[in-house]
Amino acid sequence: MTTATTRPDAGPEVSAEREKWLRVYRQMVSIRLFEEQVNELYTRALMPGLAHLYSGEEAVAVGICEALRRDDYITSTHRGHGHCLAKGASPDRMFAELLGKEAGYCRGKGGSMHIADPATGNLGANAIVGGSVGIATGAAFAAKRLGTDRVAVCFFGEGALGQGSLYEVMNLAQLWKLPVIYVCENNLYNEYTHYTETTAGTILGRATAFGLEAASVDGQNVRAVNEIASRLVRRARAGEGPAFLQADTYRYSGHHVGDINREYYRSKQEEQHWKTDRDPIKLHLNWLLAQGYADAASLESIAAEVRSEMESAVKFAIAAPYPSVEEVEKHVYA
Amino acid sequence: MPERELTFAQAVREALAEEMRRDSHVCIFGEDVAEAGTPFKVLSGLVEEFGAERVVDTPISEAGFTGVAVGAAMTGMRPVVDIMFGDFLTLTMDQMVNQAAKVHYMSGGHWRVPMVMRTTLGATRRSAAQHSQSLHAWFSHVPGLKVVLPSTPYDAKGLLKTAIRDENPVVFFEDKMMYKLKGPVPEEDYTIPLGVADVKREGDDITIVATSSMVQVGLGAATLLEKEGISVEVIDPRTTWPLDQKTMIESAKKTSRVIVLDEGYGRYGVTAEIAAVIAEGAFYDLDAPVKRMGAMHVPIPFSPPLEDVTVPTEETVYEAARSMCKRS
Repeated sequence: MTTATTRPDAGPEVSAEREKWLRVYRQMVSIRLFEEQVNELYTRALMPGLAHLYSGEEAVAVGICEALRRDDYITSTHRGHGHCLAKGASPDRMFAELLGKEAGYCRGKGGSMHIADPATGNLGANAIVGGSVGIATGAAFAAKRLGTDRVAVCFFGEGALGQGSLYEVMNLAQLWKLPVIYVCENNLYNEYTHYTETTAGTILGRATAFGLEAASVDGQNVRAVNEIASRLVRRARAGEGPAFLQADTYRYSGHHVGDINREYYRSKQEEQHWKTDRDPIKLHLNWLLAQGYADAASLESIAAEVRSEMESAVKFAIAAPYPSVEEVEKHVYA
Repeated sequence: MPERELTFAQAVREALAEEMRRDSHVCIFGEDVAEAGTPFKVLSGLVEEFGAERVVDTPISEAGFTGVAVGAAMTGMRPVVDIMFGDFLTLTMDQMVNQAAKVHYMSGGHWRVPMVMRTTLGATRRSAAQHSQSLHAWFSHVPGLKVVLPSTPYDAKGLLKTAIRDENPVVFFEDKMMYKLKGPVPEEDYTIPLGVADVKREGDDITIVATSSMVQVGLGAATLLEKEGISVEVIDPRTTWPLDQKTMIESAKKTSRVIVLDEGYGRYGVTAEIAAVIAEGAFYDLDAPVKRMGAMHVPIPFSPPLEDVTVPTEETVYEAARSMCKRS
């Protein structure tokens, strides 16, 4: 970790806090720069298929995963790069997976929407909207039954509020007091449709109807996200049951990298407002400066380090070999 | 000492109880699986022995608890999901087809889903169109799933124990009309491998490849045909995937005539697949086209005289076999 100026009276606690928030900064920057590279790879036609970028939503994944242990579980979504990185995935193997290379997390057989990694408790990104709500709840069931005190976090976008299985598993989780946290990333758009056109009632009302502990948070404020996530994780780990967190956020890019002309569903002014005034990385950077936890130069040097890490990860992935054709029939069955 | 006999339902229950004793990670999810022991009473007594933490009554949320089973299987449990009627499988399709079947492959072999889904099939119970279907072909179509169709109490116990120990999602179909069928079942621990057909009766003139309760129909027809001097071989593949192609093809080569008998719909169904396998593997040894017999292509009707004609019977199989052997 890059050292920076701290207040002269800083004790060990302040130092731990500072380390934590600098780590959080680095993580958010990592996701942002990872996604920049993805966009670049796509634009240069080096990447097969599509990608759904997480830029703008970094504080949600990072704030929540910072509250988790490495052996806690997450399930992710089609917009999953941020969750996977925040949970500890390494960019080189992620890029390799995005390019369909054997060195990728799924040996190239999953791609952008299916990164999974047992080593970091990542049960998998899922390309069915709401498709992983059962898996996360089942992992929480196993954790409780096996007495491991692990917690499962189920990330999904507000589009998944339209899927009935979410309500089935929230009911089950509350009945069985499972250590699962449903994190609804409300980035305002179900693909190309504003969520108010698809969502009757309130978001939190859906969770409180089942008696879940429910809260909402400014998803652009990583410290607020982390504070509430820490409380919900502590609660779940202590056996107090499931929770639902609505994190209000914004998707900077289109639904996917090819969704360029977006005026028919949202304005450029709206996008600019979020990028200028509500950017989670800028907000956190300003806070770090105000706290005296770092100076501008050291934060810039963190970003430069991350940028060069991403560049070499991309180089690794481009140079990595494709799987041999025999791989196609491997892992159909265990 | 005479061999011990159990009903099909008792054999299923014994397999579950033995596996639950052997491995504390085995648990059951389903509607009315605990004190009620399911409407068919297949699971009676299990909750008393293993407790409500392992024999878990769920809300009527097939998609939800199937998804929970997938996640629990990935993280250390070995769940057995109970889907009361095979018709309700439609509610679990995303979890089974897009999640359970794909997780191992999509993750490059990193995650596994060792779960079993037990469910029923079969018509003639006067239950009409939404409680009578045989939908095993749907699951047999999907890479990543295994599909088991036991036809006897002996096979039910041995195959279910294997399914529970398998590292993959296995869908296990029990014909609800067979739950009272009795047959010899050893008390000891035994397993039957998936993908190995069983010759239920040896014969020379015609082969009947039959699944699930249709094996009993095929055997009944074979007894009738024997009186006409027609010697019937009855083969039960026992699993539609993995599929023991070799045993069926060899029998077809020996007898030169084949009827494929299955209670699912024939159109794009199990009979279609097996007939194709036999036609490809034994074409030059066949003396007649492979005959397919399955459910009529109609929703299963309620009225008894209507329902009874929708599925093959001993008599219809007997007539078909006689005709193929030119004895009509």
